[in-house]
Amino acid sequence: MLTDFDKKLLNLIQTDLPLEKRPFSVIAEILGTDENTVIERLRFLKEHGLIRRIGPFFDSGRLGYVSTLVALRVKAAHMADVAQNINRYTGVTHNYEREGKFNLWFALISPSILVQTEILAEIERLAGVEQLISLPATRKFKVSVQFKL
Amino acid sequence: MLDHLDKAIIAAMQDDFPLVSEPYKELAEQIGISEEELLTRLRRYRRCGHIRKMGLVLRHRKVGYRANSLCALAVPEERVDAVGKKMADCTAVTHCYTRLPQPEWNYNLYIMLHAATREKCRQIAEQLARDTGVVDYVMLFSVHEWKKTSMRYFTD
Repeated sequence: MLTDFDKKLLNLIQTDLPLEKRPFSVIAEILGTDENTVIERLRFLKEHGLIRRIGPFFDSGRLGYVSTLVALRVKAAHMADVAQNINRYTGVTHNYEREGKFNLWFALISPSILVQTEILAEIERLAGVEQLISLPATRKFKVSVQFKL
Repeated sequence: MLDHLDKAIIAAMQDDFPLVSEPYKELAEQIGISEEELLTRLRRYRRCGHIRKMGLVLRHRKVGYRANSLCALAVPEERVDAVGKKMADCTAVTHCYTRLPQPEWNYNLYIMLHAATREKCRQIAEQLARDTGVVDYVMLFSVHEWKKTSMRYFTD
């Protein structure tokens, strides 16, 4: 369970880890505690799996990469094989089986359109894949995942 | 343009962030540059938008948000900007993008919803649809997570 202190700490640090020599000291000052308490608590939350990753989150487009969301219609008997084949690509960051006409959805980040096209062609040829549609974003209204605790 | 050092820094920053008093000093040593140089470049990435956020990502299931749903909506093109902006204001909406509609798949706005239960996700979507006058949408609940990770850039 998260303590009240954890919630304050996580709400603060979710989007704003200071780019200063001693970032946790800055955070500690805001929360009225000491640097070591902040560091120890973050270690605890990381070890217990509540924090997935700390650090910079990059904008793939600004780094020159291209991204898309891909929806597949996969035959049920082939689902596990297809999903595992897709997971092998390092640019696949999210891969979810979902309810609906298209039952497998994955996000793909590639260094170029050419690479993206090749990967999608390979996936389209996997046994059990009946249809593939690529849905690149045209406008992003909200990208930052922040959970108010 | 990003130079070789930028790419080396970005690649190095995707490993575990050191939970120590002077984390940037430790990272700079690993990269082989000074702490000042690392901080200067990171501040530039943030200012220029290469870094969209400096912070952390929670395992949402572990902090009480057990249900999530992707929701695809068909919105008349002339209204999609207004509807997208309105939906992005809702705190339960963590992502909100427009995407090109496809033949037989006419949806052009996608939102990701997180809540404690599926029922709550459904209620939020209903409310958002009602508030914005959208009638055609589908809830795409996840039934299995096959992969969830952070992208690793410039590591090849």
